[in-house]
Amino acid sequence: MRTILIWLPLALFLAFIGLFAAGLFQPDDHIINSKLVGQPLPAFVLPAAASDRPALASTQLATGKPRLLNIFASWCVPCAAEAPQLEALRAAGADIDAIAIRDARADVDAFLARYGNPYARIGLDARSSVQIALGSSGVPETFIIDGRGRIAYQHIGDIRADDVPMILDRLKATR
Amino acid sequence: MRYWLALLLALIAGPLAAQTALPPAPWADRQIPDAGQERQAKALMETIRCLTCQSQSIADSNASMAGDMRSQIRERIMAGERPEQIRGWLISRYGDWVSYEPTADPILWPLWLAPLALLALGLLLLRGRIVRRKDA
Amino acid sequence: MIAETGLAALWLAAALALLQLFLAFFGLKGGKPELLPAVRPVAIAQGLLTAVAFALLITLFLRSDMSVLLVATNSHSMKPWLYKFAGTWGNHEGSMLLWVAVMGMAGATVALFERALRRDTHMATLGAQAAISLGFYAFLLFSSNPFARIDPPPPDGQGLNPLLQDPGLAFHPPTLYLGYVGLSVAFSFAVGALLTRAVDAAFARAMRPWVLAAWILLTLGITAGSYWAYYELGWGGWWFWDPVENASLMPWLAATALLHSVTVLATRDGLRAWTVMLAVVAFSMSMVGTFLVRSGILTSVHAFAVDPERGSFILVLLAIYIGGALALFGWRIRTVREGAPFDLVSRETWLVINNLLLSVILGVVLIGTLYPLMTEAFGHKVSVGAPYFDRIAGPLALALMVALAAGPLTRWRRDSARAVARRLLVPAVALVIAALMLAFAPVRMGTLPWLGLVLAIAVGIASLAPLWKRRLLRTPLFTYGMVIAHLGCAVSLAGMACDSAFTVEKLVAARPGDTIRTAGWTLRFVQILPIAGDNWTALQADMQASRNGGAPVTIHPQSRFFAAPPTTTTEAALLTRWNGQLYVVLGEEVEGNRWQMRIWWKPFVTLIWLGGILIALGGALALVGRERRGWLIKWRARRATEA
Repeated sequence: MRTILIWLPLALFLAFIGLFAAGLFQPDDHIINSKLVGQPLPAFVLPAAASDRPALASTQLATGKPRLLNIFASWCVPCAAEAPQLEALRAAGADIDAIAIRDARADVDAFLARYGNPYARIGLDARSSVQIALGSSGVPETFIIDGRGRIAYQHIGDIRADDVPMILDRLKATR
Repeated sequence: MRYWLALLLALIAGPLAAQTALPPAPWADRQIPDAGQERQAKALMETIRCLTCQSQSIADSNASMAGDMRSQIRERIMAGERPEQIRGWLISRYGDWVSYEPTADPILWPLWLAPLALLALGLLLLRGRIVRRKDA
Repeated sequence: MIAETGLAALWLAAALALLQLFLAFFGLKGGKPELLPAVRPVAIAQGLLTAVAFALLITLFLRSDMSVLLVATNSHSMKPWLYKFAGTWGNHEGSMLLWVAVMGMAGATVALFERALRRDTHMATLGAQAAISLGFYAFLLFSSNPFARIDPPPPDGQGLNPLLQDPGLAFHPPTLYLGYVGLSVAFSFAVGALLTRAVDAAFARAMRPWVLAAWILLTLGITAGSYWAYYELGWGGWWFWDPVENASLMPWLAATALLHSVTVLATRDGLRAWTVMLAVVAFSMSMVGTFLVRSGILTSVHAFAVDPERGSFILVLLAIYIGGALALFGWRIRTVREGAPFDLVSRETWLVINNLLLSVILGVVLIGTLYPLMTEAFGHKVSVGAPYFDRIAGPLALALMVALAAGPLTRWRRDSARAVARRLLVPAVALVIAALMLAFAPVRMGTLPWLGLVLAIAVGIASLAPLWKRRLLRTPLFTYGMVIAHLGCAVSLAGMACDSAFTVEKLVAARPGDTIRTAGWTLRFVQILPIAGDNWTALQADMQASRNGGAPVTIHPQSRFFAAPPTTTTEAALLTRWNGQLYVVLGEEVEGNRWQMRIWWKPFVTLIWLGGILIALGGALALVGRERRGWLIKWRARRATEA
């Protein structure tokens, strides 16, 4: 008993050192994934965010064919950076809808005119309420919604050029 | 340590600059007229972790998403929802991470056992050290 | 030339540290006792050399020698001299040199002035101190050389960031550092005592001033840090249970426990093994704190310049020193005789309760802070924050206050329960009266703040009780120190309880011309104007605040914009009154000239930091009192032998 008590501090200390070392080699990625992946999309109806695209409701995402749902904002710099990748996805046959977060119609129009408009429908989420309901933690993010309106995949952060084939594969694999 | 202040300020202030020109959501920084409801909402906000900032509750954050969450919480409390319902709803979106209030998840049980275990260990160490005298 | 001389002094000091370690080792263990007389001079020379190296670095900063990389990246010729000076330790390399210099000088002090300790224990302590220093020398010389040159030298430095020119920030980090170094000396004493099997009262008396000094500095550092977070973050909170805050709290908790257990060992020769263990834990907590802050493995609102390489270096040092000390503890502790047992009703029992509660709080803070790291290993992200810490540490701290009230009113060794109860009668009556008055007061407050306030009042009275019926002029200074420090705990607790019970918060969107009324205050929002500072511009509100119809005072909450780097900060307006603080924050423009404002009236919140200052002051009185008494006794003894 006494022996255990005497060596207990060293044992605990070594456990902490192990923990610290593990923490050093695997730094916290600060990424919070949505818990809704694999579950039905929460119901929402949003007004139109852009002048030349229709509004977006959750029912319009369950069309029997998988679609991409891009969360973006005109004030977000990485969103502008991922525009060419969205364009490439669109060219490869992906259907993309979008939700603009905390935005105004004039700003969205200007953003789309400048960086291109790969979207079929764009909903305006002025108070991030749909974003929160989706479990999304920032902009940009991209969800894959399957044909029955379930969230199949969540991509956090901007889509880089080398992510495009992976997203197309996932889109193909989703039904 | 000189970076401390600079980075700290960048963190608390940076999100402001990078975010939107839209005004804050209506109930982000407006109190519920009913004091009891406001107290409930405030208590809940203090235990919800801000998503876009580091290690802050949404009650203590300038990030616009935190403001939107505060607004949503106040609106839901006014609509009669109970704070724990709202917390549950948020956890179903973001996981246990979003709640500073430890949830009932078994992975958090050791956290509650820790003080008891430490007290028990301390008493074990003390066993036999303290003598009781009859004439004391 | 200055930089090269500094580097040479540093190398020489490192070589002397190595020599010091060898001399002590072979003198004690290698059967060459003739080496031992050289240990003290070497330690003194080592301390002097580190002081020279640090002074040279200060000179380089004051001269703005841009051919030195560290100066070029962290200073600027246009900086006010005070910030050039403070800039010396306001960076990683400089702060490590400060650490090494203070450690070297502390070692020299131990070598010069320590006389009461057994000689072999003294030498072993100096050897241990040299071993610790060596690790930090290696860190400095191999991975963070403060004297490195840059060629060609830039025309001027990069460090003219006025955000960093804050007097609080210039002196807060070194205060904590000095505290950590003090704990490292206590650690060396513990290792020395273990090595030479001399864990006794003399060892405790030699170690106590270092623990006390470290504890005073840590107390000041935490108090200052808390106030800084309070006014700078603009959210009205004074403690956020953030990982970086916890990292500074843990060494303080351990040092507080150690301070009390070392008193038991010095006075009653009890708690031997436990005191040694605490000395090891206290230093390990300061290293763990440094590691957590520098490695960035935990997410914190107080972000530091993190560097995994430096983090791993600190981790290796931590593993070697603390792992080594704990192994030594396991191996040697059986040779330490069990200290004197004590009666159930005795001051020792209260001090043991103090140690038990402080250790549990320390354990809870440590586990809570690291828990997210542990669950992450299982792929589960969780957050542990204020709700958990408040709920666990709060009640434990309140229980600690009871021990704090009763301990000084109980005699050492053995006391009668009835006598203790009699001495506690007045505080107990105060407790009941306060409890009833607050229970029926027309304010709504939670159980914990209620209990906190009631206890603060009773404990405040009890903490003064040791002076009762004593001749105040003949009461020793260290007794005053204890009384004031304990009173400080009650004062601080009262501030915390008042803040959480009585704070009134008001959020408004106001137009210039509006009048806001809250908690007895009338605030007239006169106007909002842009103003320009040195390198910032700000929107500043002019507001006239008056309490209960008194004369109005103008206050100026600001929202500041800095161009480089582009940042916005809120400068809260604080109006301090004897009974609380008005705290006004200017937010964003909501719509057409309406401005978001957060207004708090925080009754008695300043007591939190006033209590912290009292605690440190009490510590300082105790330190001076003990040292003076030691000198007096020695002086009288010398005079007696001479006569």
